[in-house]
Amino acid sequence: MYDYVPGKVDWLAHNLEVEGERANAPTLGRVMRDDVVRCAPTDPATAVLESIEGSPYPFAVMTSADGTVLGRVPASALEPPSETPVWDVAEPGPKTFRPHHSVETVARQLAEKSLRWAIVTTPEGRLLGVASRADLERAAGS
Amino acid sequence: MATEIWLDQLLELIDRDAQVVEVLPADDYGPVHLPGAINLPLRQLDERSVAVLDRTRPIVVYCWDSL
Repeated sequence: MYDYVPGKVDWLAHNLEVEGERANAPTLGRVMRDDVVRCAPTDPATAVLESIEGSPYPFAVMTSADGTVLGRVPASALEPPSETPVWDVAEPGPKTFRPHHSVETVARQLAEKSLRWAIVTTPEGRLLGVASRADLERAAGS
Repeated sequence: MATEIWLDQLLELIDRDAQVVEVLPADDYGPVHLPGAINLPLRQLDERSVAVLDRTRPIVVYCWDSL
């Protein structure tokens, strides 16, 4: 006999499949996208800015080698372009969310803090994706 | 005494055809539970209720969280 100690909340927080009457309820994990630019702390600002400009997002997420979120790198912080490592300009320790939270809850929390984006991680802090407040509000209304 | 496991070990056990058992009340199990999990609420556990389990396969129990 085995005891899955972290329990159901851990499974949900890793955005794994579930069954049940509310299995298809709109959650952050269903709305998020995983195509945000990821960068390492030592990446030069010019290269990261170029990647952000080719993406649908106004920022990149700085992670460690194992994908743990270290900071948020807004495109505006990379101007004017330089070879400075992004570590020097990143916003460290951004607020993150778990994927099993409801779209309504996350949209409300973002609005309360005047944030436009949710960074989604596992309980260990590994990046899963990002979601815009606009997309969450749309999902909450549908 | 149950062996404590975390997610990676749970996934391995599921690959080995483990039986996954949610021991929360039915009101918690119904809305959302792990795929294939059966519900045996802790307060209703007795010899008859656990008879549905195959003792030749690994059995994993879980509740809401570690608290």
